[in-house]
Amino acid sequence: MAQKRSAEPLLWALFSIGGTVAALLVPVHLFLFGLAIPLGWLEDPGHARLLALLRLPLARLYLFVLCSLALFHWAHRFRFTLYDGLQIKHLNEVVFAFCYGGAFLGTAAAAYLLWNVP
Amino acid sequence: MSEAPIYTEYHPRWYRAKISTYWWLGRWPYLKFTLRELSSIAVAFSVVITLFLIRAVIRGPEAYGEFQSRLRTPWAIAAAAVAFGFVLFHTVTWFNSAAQAMVVRVKGKRVPGAVVVAANYAAWLILSGVVTWFLLGG
Repeated sequence: MAQKRSAEPLLWALFSIGGTVAALLVPVHLFLFGLAIPLGWLEDPGHARLLALLRLPLARLYLFVLCSLALFHWAHRFRFTLYDGLQIKHLNEVVFAFCYGGAFLGTAAAAYLLWNVP
Repeated sequence: MSEAPIYTEYHPRWYRAKISTYWWLGRWPYLKFTLRELSSIAVAFSVVITLFLIRAVIRGPEAYGEFQSRLRTPWAIAAAAVAFGFVLFHTVTWFNSAAQAMVVRVKGKRVPGAVVVAANYAAWLILSGVVTWFLLGG
């Protein structure tokens, strides 16, 4: 009888790659757009420049990978935070659906937005 | 002889001491562990900001200006500052554990852990510089 394959190795791999991508790239994005530009420490690049960057296929691929992997990292880590921290492992199906469903939705939103750059 | 034992077809439950929901507040290493796990929320928050920024750019200069003025509100800046602290915590703890997580070998010899960690920090600085240059000045 064929054994049912577990998704866990794939989810752990996405967690690990996503964690590295998030560690390397998320701080600079959050610092620039969340703090430095709003507080006037650095000049706003402006709509025209950002749109020109978004039109580059490589930039869109970069943003898609960044958003998707970072979300799957969140999903996996938050899932176990809920299990261990709040001790709600009995709600396994709900937690699983919320975390990975959220990551899938975010990935789909990123794909939709980046595909529709004018 | 006393009564016959009662058997069930199910495995009996093992005894497990009940742990408080707030077990992670008891000791600093536990709290640090939980804060590190919660840093993932800040990572997701950053992605959401990025997605809204992309949407604003796609919608045009007016939407972009509106989104920028929302990011300038005190609440948005406070949220970004807290999230940035957590994201930095994620980066530091992630890189510092890299030496245990990755065994790197060059010509059959294991690369020392300190070198692996230093390489991660170097890559972080270089990539941060490259992203800043592309976004603001390239």
